[in-house]
Amino acid sequence: MRDSMLWLSVAIIALTTAALRFLPFLIWSGARRTPALIERLGRVLPYAIMGMLVVYCLKDISFTAAGDFVPAFVACAVVVLLHVLRRNTLISIIGGTLCYMVLVQLVF
Amino acid sequence: MRKIWKTALIATVPVMTGYLVLGFGFGIVLRSGGHSILTALAMSVFIYAGSMQYAALGLFAAGASPLTVFFTTVMVNARHLFYGISMLDRYKNTGKYKPYLIFALTDETYSLVCHDTPDIAETDRTRYWFLVSLFNHIYWVTGSLLGAVIGSLVRFNSEGIDFALTALFVCVFVEQWMHTKRHAPALIGLGVTAGCLLLFGQDQFLIPAMLVVAVLLCLMRGEEHNA
Repeated sequence: MRDSMLWLSVAIIALTTAALRFLPFLIWSGARRTPALIERLGRVLPYAIMGMLVVYCLKDISFTAAGDFVPAFVACAVVVLLHVLRRNTLISIIGGTLCYMVLVQLVF
Repeated sequence: MRKIWKTALIATVPVMTGYLVLGFGFGIVLRSGGHSILTALAMSVFIYAGSMQYAALGLFAAGASPLTVFFTTVMVNARHLFYGISMLDRYKNTGKYKPYLIFALTDETYSLVCHDTPDIAETDRTRYWFLVSLFNHIYWVTGSLLGAVIGSLVRFNSEGIDFALTALFVCVFVEQWMHTKRHAPALIGLGVTAGCLLLFGQDQFLIPAMLVVAVLLCLMRGEEHNA
């Protein structure tokens, strides 16, 4: 890719991403009242989004071999378990990540 | 003020781990594609969207047209519309910080600012959100720069360390789950997205998933209203 094309692409990506981030604030801002439906949607969305993000992070796993999905699922279970037991974000994340690294590097 | 700095720093440690590693990886791959350190810096400062920056590498290699670049960005990043909608209220009165808070609203920043922070006073919340956003941005840029500059020298088996970000989202998911008795939204997010992934495949599932989730959540709201 030529240099000018590269920088054009970078600019397009940057502006499009920013536009997606700003759009809701531009549509429903300031004086105009946010419609009740959007307001309520905004309140329940965080719960749904975290579910989406978890799946999004796991989108590349496949089920052809145990090594492709067991580490991710086991490590997720470890995070859930640690978090329910200790409720300390750092412990849960470090525990889950170490577990995942050991599984992908040494076991599978 | 000192306390807010500390709280924000501690809250962002998980993101720091993930961003340094993923940013580092991005810097390495970008350089190995023949691009400059300046490109890495500019992309991480101005685009600041991890998964899209990785996707961009493929677009550059393929010499994609501006239109393809635009549509790919919309496909990959449409989920940011949801973050905006759910932060409308929280970010309403953030004054001069607002543009930056919105610009820097990545997946990971969102996961840190979308829930209540009881140990932060109401008046300090804007500054806290700003610091969380800024710290995360700095981690990402630092990781990318390090990867671009010294990436080829490092020999450390970090395979799997990027799981830190997945773990962060799982944590927030569990935390939210324990905070509420109404689990339908969480289950809809998880179930619909997984279903769409199986149905549409890993490149095209996000937008259908977003649409179905939005429609279901709106319908559910109606039910609650009638009850």
